[in-house]
Amino acid sequence: MTGQVSTSCGSGAGGWSKPRRAALTGKGAVAAAAGLATLALSGCITVKAPEKPIVIELNVNIRQEVIYRLAKDAGNTVEQNKDIF
Amino acid sequence: MVKDRVIGMIRTGKPLLASIAMAIGAAGLSVPAMAQRDPAYAKARAAGQVGEKMDGYLGVVGAPTPALTAIVNDINIKRRALYTDKAQAAHATIEEYAFAAGCQAILATSPGEKYQAPDGNWKTRTSAAPERDPRCPS
Repeated sequence: MTGQVSTSCGSGAGGWSKPRRAALTGKGAVAAAAGLATLALSGCITVKAPEKPIVIELNVNIRQEVIYRLAKDAGNTVEQNKDIF
Repeated sequence: MVKDRVIGMIRTGKPLLASIAMAIGAAGLSVPAMAQRDPAYAKARAAGQVGEKMDGYLGVVGAPTPALTAIVNDINIKRRALYTDKAQAAHATIEEYAFAAGCQAILATSPGEKYQAPDGNWKTRTSAAPERDPRCPS
């Protein structure tokens, strides 16, 4: 599996859609022009997706709290069902 | 609860004696019929052939035999049914409740019995505290 590469360059107009450009007036247009100038100066921005899938381990933190909350109840269950524990 | 049931039956107009008899009958049924371990299970446990796993279920230690597998499956089916009820009441998942019970079951093992350590290996319980998952409450 190879990572996907997405490249956006400041000089090209490919990154901007026509309706967006038409909507730019006044201060917005100035800010956008400044943004474009910055992009042009810095060249291309390359975003590379990682090779491995991004996994967020939320399970670990959630469980510790839950296990703590269940401790007494679970202890009683073990204590009261000696035939199967 | 028994008192409520008696009162409830009196209100519904049933004879008092019958209500009391039924209440006593119900109370008698609610007492666990088996409070002790089945002898085969107790023996396998003491011999270290079965052990307490971290996930709240029983496991076969070493080479499984049909007899040991049968004991373990029987216990685990009963445990899962119990965990399912208790988890629902406690608004937790069955896995969460089972894990919490596993923490307690490992803690409750007697010296000589087997339990699963956090690294996944079977350990023999000594008089010292068992090695448990860091998520287990002390």
